Amino acid sequence: MNRLFLLFIACLALLPVLPTPEFWITQANYIGLFSIVAIGLVLLTGVGGMTSFGQAAFVGLGAYATSYLSTALGVSPWLGLLAGVAVAMAVAFVLGALTMRLSGHYLPLGTIAWGLSFFFLFGNMEMLGKFDGISGIPPLELFGHPLRAGEDIFYLIWTVVVLAVVATQNLLNSRPGRAIRALKGGVVMAEAMGARTAWLKLVCFVFAAVLASLSGWLYAHMQRSVNPTPFGLNAGIEYLFMAVIGGAGHVWGAIFGAGLVTVLKDQLQSILPHLLGEAGNFETIVLGVLLVVLLQYARNGLWPYVAELMPRRWRRQTQLQLPADAAPLPVRPRPTTGEALLEVDGARKEFGGLVAVNDMRFEVKAGEIVGLIGPNGAGKSTMFNLITGVLEVTRGEVRYRGEPIQNRPSREIVSRGIARTFQHVKLLGQMSVLENVALGTHLRGEAGVLRSMLRLNREEEGRLLAEAQRQLERVGLAHLMHEPAGSLALGQQRILEIARALCCDPALLLLDEPAAGLRYKEKQALAELLAKLRSEGMSVLIVEHDMDFVMNLCDRLVVMEFGTLIAQGVPSVVQQDPAVLEAYLGGL
Amino acid sequence: MDLSIAAILAQDGLTSGAIYALLALALVLVFSITRVIFIPQGEFVAFGAFTMAALQSGQFPTAVWLLLGLGVAAFVMELAAIARQPERREAAEVGRAFVHILLLPLVAWGASQLLPSSGWPMALQVVFTLAVVVPMGPLVYRLAYQPLASASTLVLLIVSVGVHYALTGIGLLAFGAEGVRTEPFTDLRFEIGALSVSGQSLTVIAAAVVLILALYLYFGRTLSGKALRATAVNRVGAQIVGIGITQAGRASFLLAAAMGAVCGILIAPFTTIYYDSGFLIGLKGFVAAIIGGLASYPVAAAGSLLVGLLESYASFWASAYKEVIVFTLILPVLLWRSLASPHHDEEEEA
Repeated sequence: MNRLFLLFIACLALLPVLPTPEFWITQANYIGLFSIVAIGLVLLTGVGGMTSFGQAAFVGLGAYATSYLSTALGVSPWLGLLAGVAVAMAVAFVLGALTMRLSGHYLPLGTIAWGLSFFFLFGNMEMLGKFDGISGIPPLELFGHPLRAGEDIFYLIWTVVVLAVVATQNLLNSRPGRAIRALKGGVVMAEAMGARTAWLKLVCFVFAAVLASLSGWLYAHMQRSVNPTPFGLNAGIEYLFMAVIGGAGHVWGAIFGAGLVTVLKDQLQSILPHLLGEAGNFETIVLGVLLVVLLQYARNGLWPYVAELMPRRWRRQTQLQLPADAAPLPVRPRPTTGEALLEVDGARKEFGGLVAVNDMRFEVKAGEIVGLIGPNGAGKSTMFNLITGVLEVTRGEVRYRGEPIQNRPSREIVSRGIARTFQHVKLLGQMSVLENVALGTHLRGEAGVLRSMLRLNREEEGRLLAEAQRQLERVGLAHLMHEPAGSLALGQQRILEIARALCCDPALLLLDEPAAGLRYKEKQALAELLAKLRSEGMSVLIVEHDMDFVMNLCDRLVVMEFGTLIAQGVPSVVQQDPAVLEAYLGGL
Repeated sequence: MDLSIAAILAQDGLTSGAIYALLALALVLVFSITRVIFIPQGEFVAFGAFTMAALQSGQFPTAVWLLLGLGVAAFVMELAAIARQPERREAAEVGRAFVHILLLPLVAWGASQLLPSSGWPMALQVVFTLAVVVPMGPLVYRLAYQPLASASTLVLLIVSVGVHYALTGIGLLAFGAEGVRTEPFTDLRFEIGALSVSGQSLTVIAAAVVLILALYLYFGRTLSGKALRATAVNRVGAQIVGIGITQAGRASFLLAAAMGAVCGILIAPFTTIYYDSGFLIGLKGFVAAIIGGLASYPVAAAGSLLVGLLESYASFWASAYKEVIVFTLILPVLLWRSLASPHHDEEEEA
């Protein structure tokens, strides 16, 4: 816990004790309520790369559920809380499940439609009081003390805010959290590490909805009456403004954004009508323009600038604590050297009329390094994608230890013991080297979202991080463990990807052009590392362009041209093969 | 419900369906060319309706001020961009920026000052309305989207919502909270058996059909139309053969604003339009565009008719829940699309 957090809590605790005007207590209550919603959006938008304009409708569900139950049926607000959260979860689950398989923009469009629907639904239902809403909602009671006044509910609201911050931070610094942070740049990498990305996206959306409905529950009992207006689409848009203006990548940005938008809106509402000589919601002009300008010039919102102003030691992130005595993770049994590990048996891939991979046949035995080479457009990458489950074969088989693995999802292939790297390095630049590597351990832990939020995952988390550290030591990057991955040179980033793949506990490593773009020294270091891994019993399949690199390193080469196998064997023989010479040098 | 009511509802549904079809086509067009989900499309509907109404009631069309304001802002932005790039710092660049950005708004403003304030023939009203509203499209593109041409779809979507938010506020400022309705184009009615068909509805449907045909010819037969299609198919490829992303973006926003303004002109005789009415109308176009997967023009057009008919019959059976029913239609549509589309991975850098 850093100093900023402690200072923040101290300020909160003192606010109502000091002679703060009633107005500002009320404003602070609203800011708290909005922050809870915005924190959910930070997870959804800033971290997960999804978004929702319909959060206000979830707030409405929470507010209306408790309002109806506590007035019409007279039940306890605490039951109302449960009901609101349950309904919000159910709705979010359905909406999320419908859109998760589609491209990213369908979820926000769906939330716009659903935000509008619910506004009109709330406003037309007899039992919810139509557009007049419900009034006479009882206040919350804590220990027999009703929370009527602003100061009373202040502490409850901000306790919820602090809990939401802690839960979200805990989640982000955990096994599922790392996978969630990997969602933003596309799902291929996260899936290749074994993460169920569609499920994780859904979890983010449901979590954001739960936070929104919590905020609605507090709102209803603070306001003591509800009507549809604060739950309409415009409110939903403003919640997103708060998250984006504050800085959608930071939990603190959500609170800052909620505060800024609330205060700004209030000020504009009193100033603008004077300036313009007319009454109306003109603050939307300023907010809309501000949002567009921010996205043009400061995509990450205002929080990073605010953080810059603070003393360095306040915002220093505490380095991840690595337990010295973490028990090592279990390791899968190694195949015996010489056993056929990977067999590609007549694999074929057609794109329309184009045959990209033409009935390829080759195998990789345990303990050897095989190079898959060929000129540009030979179909190497397509072959690679067929093995890793990114593409489906048109026909034919790919077997791993005798079992067919073609057309299986990437995450199942990695769970069997085939780990991969990427031709275009896929790392999370902001995240530390250690955490990036720890992504590879995803399938070797099991802590879920709830356990992670409640911090019941410490023991396992320690073991995962220790494994990541061990693999970093193995590849010789341990000294850079706490640096952001984006600050590494390309050669180091490729090695980092290998460490991440090693964390999957593989028997076979698949490397997609690992030497591309590397300098001579870096290539040498990479070749040494791979030779060392082989001596430790690892099998490797390399797709590569660089002939010198594979010639010296590989035990065997498989050569492709126009999707077809043209030669295979030991490098010195393949090097002399007329078909290979023809393919590479255009005939001699 | 008897047959004659059903027929009237069908006529209403088809009429509004034709309007939604124009909007849906514009949305698909803008999305496929620029990846922008153009939420503010509906605002142009309101701008078009208000400009027509002002001309008919002899008031000053305040949209001219809006056009001038957008023009000046875009011109200033362009000057700043020129100043930042040393190789562009020359008088010719400034002149070009002036002609491209500011000339039309100035001409529209001049015309509105010189021309008599009322008594215009309908055709001239339509031409003037289009001349004022259509240039706003490229100006909005220049101001909000052009600097973000390489951003992710998600960022562009959030920008769209920001633009919508700002334009709604500006609409309130420019046009006030009162609604307007314009004069019908025609009072003709046709009696076909028991069915009474209004000439007004026919005008709308005919206009929609003509516009759709015109677009079809534009994209199929003209070089600039083909260039836009090329951009939609492959942005990088189009750039390599010399089709500018910026020009394509401007052109698509021009078409979108034109479709929006036409819809405003067509719909204002039927329903009272408020400064924020365009948003809901535009979103119904969106539901239709989503039926077409934001990609297929014919499916989007068919979807528009479905939305129009659904809305029309829903307003008869459950008028209070009309909007709920129309917007909830998106759920089965999303389910269908989700099942129909093969799993695909997005490769987008945020």
